[in-house]
Amino acid sequence: MYQKIAVPVDLAHVDRLPRALQTAADLSRHYDAPVTFVSVTAETPTSVAHSPGEFEAKLAAFAQEQSQKHAISADARSYTSTDPAIDTDRILRRAIDELGADLVVMASHIPGVADYLWAGHGATVAAHSTASVFLVR
Amino acid sequence: MSTSDEPETEDLPAPEGASDVIETDYEIGQDNITPRIGPLGLDIHNPVFAISAGVVILFVAVILLFLDSVGGALGDLRVFLTSTFDWVFLTAGNIFVLVCLGILISPLGKVRIGGAEATPDFSYAGWLAMLFAAGMGIGLMFFGVLEPAYYFATPWGDTPLGRDIGIVDGELMDPATVEAARRTAMAGTIYHWGLHPWAIYAIVALSLALFAYNKGLPLTVRSMFYPIFGERIWGWPGHVIDILAVFATLFGLATSLGFGAEQAAAGIAFVFELDGIEDSTNFAVVLIAIITCFALISVLRGLEGGVKRLSELNMILAGLLLGFVLLAGPTIALLSQFIGNFGAYASEILALSNPVGREDDGYRQGWTAFYWAWWISWSPFVGMFIARVSRGRTVREFITCVLIVPTLVSVLWMTAFGGNAINQLIDTVADAQVFEFVIADYVPELSLFAMLSELPFAAITSVVAIVLVIVFFVTSSDSGSLVIDTITAGGKINAPVSQRVFWVIFEGVVAAVLLIGGGLAALQAAAISTGLPFAIILLVACYALIRGLMSEPR
Repeated sequence: MYQKIAVPVDLAHVDRLPRALQTAADLSRHYDAPVTFVSVTAETPTSVAHSPGEFEAKLAAFAQEQSQKHAISADARSYTSTDPAIDTDRILRRAIDELGADLVVMASHIPGVADYLWAGHGATVAAHSTASVFLVR
Repeated sequence: MSTSDEPETEDLPAPEGASDVIETDYEIGQDNITPRIGPLGLDIHNPVFAISAGVVILFVAVILLFLDSVGGALGDLRVFLTSTFDWVFLTAGNIFVLVCLGILISPLGKVRIGGAEATPDFSYAGWLAMLFAAGMGIGLMFFGVLEPAYYFATPWGDTPLGRDIGIVDGELMDPATVEAARRTAMAGTIYHWGLHPWAIYAIVALSLALFAYNKGLPLTVRSMFYPIFGERIWGWPGHVIDILAVFATLFGLATSLGFGAEQAAAGIAFVFELDGIEDSTNFAVVLIAIITCFALISVLRGLEGGVKRLSELNMILAGLLLGFVLLAGPTIALLSQFIGNFGAYASEILALSNPVGREDDGYRQGWTAFYWAWWISWSPFVGMFIARVSRGRTVREFITCVLIVPTLVSVLWMTAFGGNAINQLIDTVADAQVFEFVIADYVPELSLFAMLSELPFAAITSVVAIVLVIVFFVTSSDSGSLVIDTITAGGKINAPVSQRVFWVIFEGVVAAVLLIGGGLAALQAAAISTGLPFAIILLVACYALIRGLMSEPR
C-alpha cells in the first residue's frame, strides 16, 4: 500500500525516537517500503556536528545502523537551513515531496497549551502534507 | 544526547572541503538548561541568559529611579571616555582598516568561510541588502543630510581639521572658501561612514564566521577569542564577553528604537503638518508598538522570509529615494562631485585618521571618537548577523563586499543627500530649510525632510523616507533579536521560537519604558561606553583572526 516512508529525525534528541523508529521499521517491513531518514540542520555548528557535511555523514551512519538493526532498506537525506527554528516545517514538506514519500512516520510530543501558539513539527507536517502522516507519541 | 552508536569527534570527516576544525571538549549547548515557563519550553545558556536579562532589568530600574544622578554620571562617563581616549579609538580604527586591507591583498584572502567547498546561501543582492540594512541603513537616513550640512556651516567650531566654514553669520563666504568647506565637509562625513566603520564590522564578522563555520565552535561572540583563552573561554571569561555583547546590543537597539520613534513622530508631524504630536510621547510609544509588531511578524517568518525580504524592500526603497534625489537635484554637478568627494576622502583620510597632535577637538572627540565607540558597541550585533549570512564566501570576497562596496555606496549616498543639502545652502544660504533645521535651530531629526522639502514631490518622497526609517527599524529590531537569542542560547540558532519572541518584545518594552520614564540618553551613553573595552578586545581579536586564518588550508 505504501511505496516509500519518510522518517524525519532530530539527531540531537535520538533518545526520544525509539518508538517512532520501531513503528517505521515495522511498517517498512510490512509494506516492503524503503525508509528515508530526513533531517534539517543549521549551517552553524550544532551539538551534533561541526558542519553540515559532518551532519550529513552522521545522518548516513544513523540510517545505516537503523537499516542493520531492523533489517530494512534505509537511506538518509539531510537539508541545511540558515534559520532551522523557522524553516524546518517548510523544508520537511519539501523533502517529502522531493522523495515522493507516501507515508511519513515521525515522533511528536503530546500537545499542550503551547501548541495553540506554535504547533509541533509533526502537527504542522500532518496539517499540510499530501502524504499520510503517522505521529508517534 | 544518546548517540553512542555514532563515531565520536576524533576522526572528523571534512566533507565541506578542507578546514582546520578546532578540537575542543566543549559541546554546543552543554551549559544550556531547558526550563519550562508555563507551557513554553526554553533552551537557554546558563548563566548568560539569566544574567543578561537580569542586568538589563536592573539597569533600567536603577536609571528610572535615580535618573538625575545616574543619568548625568553616565552621560559624563561617555564624554570622558570619548574625549580622554579619543586617540585609542582613532588608533584602533586605523588598525582595523589596515588589518582588513592586509588580509584582502594577502594569500589569506583565498580562505573560504565554511570550508574549501562551501557554497553561499544567499545571492549577492540579498546578501548585500542584509549587510546594509543591519550595518548602517538607519544612520544613513538620519545623518545623510545632517552631517555634511553641519560641517559646512557649523557655528560651534567643530569642523573637520578645524578648517574654515562656508557660511558665517548667515553670509556666504567667497567661492574658494565655500568650495574648500564643501570638500572638507564631505570628506569629514565620508570618513565616518566609509572604510573605518565597515572595517570594525568586517573584523568582528569575519572572526565569528571563521571560528564558527571553519573551526566548528558555537556561533557566539566568545568563540572568536578561543585562540587567546583556550578552553577557559567556556567559563567566566566567555560568559562576561557574551553578557557584554548582549548588553551592548540590547541597549543599543532599545535606545535607537526609542530615539528613532521620537524622530519618526517628529517627521510625521512635520510632513503632515500635524501640530502637537511632534513631542507626543504617546505617539512615539504607539510607533514603538507598531515597529515591534512588525518585527515580531518578521522573526516568526525566519531569516529568509523575514529579515531578507525586509532588507530587499529597504534596498529598493532606498535605491528609489537615492535615484530621485540624484535626478531631482543638480544631477551633473552631483555626479562630478561623486568623483571629487571620493578624491577629497582619499586625500584627507590620513589627516582625518591621525590620532594625535590635532587641534580639532570638537570634531575628533565629539564626532569621530563618538562614532567609533558607537560602531564598536554595535559590532557584536552587526558582526554576528553578517557572520550568520556569509557562509560560503571567500575571505577576499567577504572583505570586498563588507568593506569596499559599502564604502562606495556611502560615498554615493552622502554625495546625493549631503551634496544636495550643501547646494541648497549655497543657493539660498539662510533662507534654506536645511539652514533653519541644522544651523539656526538644531533639529537634527528634521534635516532630511528639510532637504526633501525643497525638491519636487516633497509630499511623496517624505512619506517614502518615513516608511524607510520605520522599515529599517523593523529590520534592526528583528536581526538584533535573532543575535541576542543566539548568544543567550549558547550559540544555538534553533532554540525555541518563544525565545526570540521574548527578546523582540523585551526590547520594545525597554524602549517604551525609557521613553516614558526618561533615561534614553543615559542608557545610550551606557551602551556607547562599552565601546572602549570592546575596542581593546577587538584589537586582541585581530591577532586571533590572523592566527586563525593562517591555520586554514588555502
